[in-house]
Amino acid sequence: MKIRTFSYDQLDTFVHRLSGLSKLVCFLLLTTAIMLTYDIRIILAIMVLSYIMMMISKIRYSQIKVMLIYVFAFLAFNFILTYVFAPEYGVKIYGTRHQLFSFGGPYTVTLEQLFYQVTKFSKYLSVIPLGIIFILTTNPSEFASALNGVGISYKICTSLSLTLRYFPDVADDYNSISLAQQARGLEMSKKAKMMDRLKRIAGILIPLIMTTMDRIDIISNAMDLRGFGKHKKRTWYAKKPLKRNDYISMAVCLAVLIISLYIRFAVNHSIYYNPFQ
Amino acid sequence: MNSQSSTKTIVATGLGAAVFLVLFMYVKVPSPVPETNLQIAYGVSSFFAAVFGPVAGFLVAFVGHALSDFIQYGSPWWSWVVASGVGALITGLCAKKVAPAVEEGRFNTSELITFVIWAVIANAVAWLVAAPVLDIVMYSEPASTSFLQGVTAFGLDSIVSCVIGAILLKAYASTKTGKGSLSKDI
Repeated sequence: MKIRTFSYDQLDTFVHRLSGLSKLVCFLLLTTAIMLTYDIRIILAIMVLSYIMMMISKIRYSQIKVMLIYVFAFLAFNFILTYVFAPEYGVKIYGTRHQLFSFGGPYTVTLEQLFYQVTKFSKYLSVIPLGIIFILTTNPSEFASALNGVGISYKICTSLSLTLRYFPDVADDYNSISLAQQARGLEMSKKAKMMDRLKRIAGILIPLIMTTMDRIDIISNAMDLRGFGKHKKRTWYAKKPLKRNDYISMAVCLAVLIISLYIRFAVNHSIYYNPFQ
Repeated sequence: MNSQSSTKTIVATGLGAAVFLVLFMYVKVPSPVPETNLQIAYGVSSFFAAVFGPVAGFLVAFVGHALSDFIQYGSPWWSWVVASGVGALITGLCAKKVAPAVEEGRFNTSELITFVIWAVIANAVAWLVAAPVLDIVMYSEPASTSFLQGVTAFGLDSIVSCVIGAILLKAYASTKTGKGSLSKDI
């Protein structure tokens, strides 16, 4: 098992200098914009913008290679599944039918279906770099303060930073428990029946949960002793103050969202952009 | 949860999400359905939900699933992330009955039945209603694929949350000392 966590690099680029709060707000604004549209022009524009930001923030290909493989496998699977289960969905949406060729049966390839699926494909593809930029350029300790900045209770933010802090520790625990159990002859392969496998994985989970419960006691006692939760507010050591560039980036992202909503409601009059009429 | 142990709930939520994240990303047990895996992590989220209540359960599954999507795919698939959270949230409604019993070292048939009933209802709401409906509303997915995936997820995740959740609750309860477990030797 290879432990892969956020490989955050401390660099000095435009994107790294932005505060975590404004990066989170931009991420949420742009992903909302993409989620609410099926217009390939907007999607491509956001995609170009986010790939430029990715170049500015000096994210290397080696950092995201594994992620990209996962994403392409998922998207390819989704692409095929959509076609198999709804081969006429594009025709239904766009209301016209330009048939290209046929596989036999209900499986014909129409221009509309192709356009729909390509739009959908690029829709998902354009969200990926946004998340990558946010995760790889935000200091994990600043992440919690950013969430607190958008109005989430500091107790939830603290629990989130505990998650980020203890994720590698729990992964290490899991790894050593699993190796120890395998050394004792625990069969985890496909040969065992499903119910047996479930029972055996409990052999790893029970020690893991028990050590976690002990850890929860230790940490919460330490936090109680230091008076955690006494006040309604909390300050953050890792918080960055907002600067001019932060306001500019948030304004640009808000503008993108507003433009995409304007096109949806005033130009296209629907979530889809229809080039066939 | 009373105010005294609210710090404990916060810490449990944080570490629970870390355990969920590790299991969600690395532990994939192949299932009888081809090309699908059993997500053992849902057993952990229903365990934390049953012991620490609905809000903790929701956050364990929601944060764990969202972070795992962030790390693996770059961006979360929000409809399923929310559905995971909703599942654990509803499972957590059994905490009123199950949590005090477990803290006293009891996890018997009546607690088991309560837990299983809530876990199955929770999975039904999450995967048969929340996930497909959100897929259609948020991502405009075709209905047929969403519901097919939902039904598969419902079947597998119900089994995992009930079996793994019950095993963990039983094991955790047996580490606790019950009320009146000491008797005077005359």
